[in-house]
Amino acid sequence: MTGARRIMVAMSGGVDSSVAAALLRDAGHDVVGVTLKLWGGESDNGCCSISDVNDARRVADHLGIEHHTFNFEDDFEAHVIAPYVAAHEAGRTPNPCIECNRHIKFARLAERADALGFASIATGHHARVVVDPRNGVRRIARGVDVAKDQSYVLAMLDQRRLAGLELPIGELTKTRVREIAADIGLRTAQKPDSQDVCFITSVEKRSGFLSNRMAFTPGTVVDSEGTELGAVDSVELVTIGQRRGLHLAGGGAPRYVLDTDVAARTVTVGARRDLLCSTTQVDGVVWSAEPSWGPLDVQTRAHGSAESARLDDDGDGCATITWDAPHLRVAPGQTVAFYLDDLVLGSGTAA
Amino acid sequence: MRREVADAMAEAAAQVNGNPSSIHRSGRRARRILDDARDDVADVLGVDASMVVFTSGGTEADDLAVNGVASRRAGRVLCSAVEHHAVLEPTRHLGGETIGVDSTGLLSLEDTERRLAEALDEGIALVSVMTVNNENGVRQPVEDVVSLVRAMSPGTPVHTDAVQAAGWIDLRGLASVVDLMTISGHKLGGPVGVGALVVRDRGVLTPRLLGGGQESELRSGTQNVVGAVGLARALVLTAAERDLVAAEVATRRDRFVRGVTAGVPDVIEPARPDRGSAAPVVGGIAQLCFRGIESEAMLFLLDEAGVEASAGSACAAGALEPSHVLAAMGVPDEFARGALRVSVGRETTDAEVDFAVGVVVDVVQRLRGARAA
Repeated sequence: MTGARRIMVAMSGGVDSSVAAALLRDAGHDVVGVTLKLWGGESDNGCCSISDVNDARRVADHLGIEHHTFNFEDDFEAHVIAPYVAAHEAGRTPNPCIECNRHIKFARLAERADALGFASIATGHHARVVVDPRNGVRRIARGVDVAKDQSYVLAMLDQRRLAGLELPIGELTKTRVREIAADIGLRTAQKPDSQDVCFITSVEKRSGFLSNRMAFTPGTVVDSEGTELGAVDSVELVTIGQRRGLHLAGGGAPRYVLDTDVAARTVTVGARRDLLCSTTQVDGVVWSAEPSWGPLDVQTRAHGSAESARLDDDGDGCATITWDAPHLRVAPGQTVAFYLDDLVLGSGTAA
Repeated sequence: MRREVADAMAEAAAQVNGNPSSIHRSGRRARRILDDARDDVADVLGVDASMVVFTSGGTEADDLAVNGVASRRAGRVLCSAVEHHAVLEPTRHLGGETIGVDSTGLLSLEDTERRLAEALDEGIALVSVMTVNNENGVRQPVEDVVSLVRAMSPGTPVHTDAVQAAGWIDLRGLASVVDLMTISGHKLGGPVGVGALVVRDRGVLTPRLLGGGQESELRSGTQNVVGAVGLARALVLTAAERDLVAAEVATRRDRFVRGVTAGVPDVIEPARPDRGSAAPVVGGIAQLCFRGIESEAMLFLLDEAGVEASAGSACAAGALEPSHVLAAMGVPDEFARGALRVSVGRETTDAEVDFAVGVVVDVVQRLRGARAA
């Protein structure tokens, strides 16, 4: 980091963004903390509960930086909640945190920061922004702490969004982040990591949340031959690859969900090997910089490893992943991130 | 807080070291100071001192009025759609209904009459209409509401939240016709954390806080004597200079509105669409709406430039909520999203007003420029 800049730090009330703000302040930047009010309903973790906002504000007070709360509830409803519900209605498995990053944190907030005269925004994600010295191209790279790496949820960022982005935590292990927080006396030093979707409470759960917003379709559980094995209350709540919670009678080998079909009201199950596939179709492909068809690595889950594959352009943002080794089927709606070693090349959504 | 108020409170704090309910010497001294404060409040409002119930603020006084009456009297609770949340939320909680306002924020007497008529069969527990709106300064026709209620539903008490009004208008006339009136100190240069409910007939309500039976058994809890002194002092000081200050403040408020509306296009003052001919606006509040601007961004930049303003109200997390007042007035979204509320006080100078105008014009142009870019 060279030269003092005006930086808006998105503070969730967690330890990572607390330390991000502290590091940027210590580097001499003019730092303002902002917490987003995204969700008007109940919340017990994430960025939206009142106690998290209070933590962020008190950390900012401790650091001696200004803190503001922005209300983006309308945008969150339109760009995260409504598509989340619609995806379930269509039998897909959405990534709401990624849509929040795409439409809220790195779009709405970034534009607000720009309008207010900030040079950059920063978050507490465990990932790095690296600049290619030859051409100035910026890319997301995996965080130093492999177990905490969050590059996957930032894989949709393009050059425009990467231009003003700072990720000061990506060079640190989580242990080191907590040490720094403890050293400077931050109240969030021992705060547990948030795990779940912020607008879904542990009491209500996903099914409770969705039941207030959509009608569930009961369905039958069948095997590949069409033999009925059981029933589920809602096809929409079943995810490809799922093994538990189907209440199937009988013993034998574990059975996995191979496919769901809301319209046909069926959930098809089978052996794990039946989940393996050689190709995966994706749409909504976006590149960090220039397109990079051909061999690359593909990660299909937030906490998983990348597998080698080949990506071929099908036009209109659609593409085909051909796996080097058979890969478990990816649930439609899931984000797939493309990597070259530690560098994010781009992303798409499993079709 | 006003200097004189802080001094009066410091003096009281030095004298009070007893519980006003105790019968020993220091308790009796505290009691005397509290009752002197009660007399002062009663004098300013033109009511009997026995009607003044001290509370922890305007919200508690509103809650005591709405929930206190609703737990005593059967029937529907009605309030205006532009009430402060302290009235609106208990009314909603009780399943009550709201009465509409026109596009300038003025209560519709036709809608009042209609809602009263509709509720007559069920019975009407309470009608609550604020004296002056806290977002746009509109003086509501509470006296007319009282007449309607007396004619259509005799026996139904009328409450008015006069928190925003007390600094600007003489409330003696209104206090003599309503059944319940809320006041609070902090909008008058008094302390936060203290208010009062004027209760004409204690028989209309049940206390909310039970315990030692303080405040004539209408509000248990050891009284905040020092706070009551502050509230009383602020009310007395305000009443003495009110007419002069109200006129000066209104002039500066208009200076602000004229300056801003001359400086940028696409700005409206919904309460006074053609500057003064519509709703009666009192006090130093100006509520302006800028098309295509986001309130939060505007407030951020104003704060940075040294102008403290607000928009709607803030939620528990500190984020700005869309204004229910502008929604009730039917202000189009594109304007309502760019709401700005500026308060001109008794000590605000012309130079400060002009400075604020310059900053607001600057910020609006900058944000509109950023959008266009």
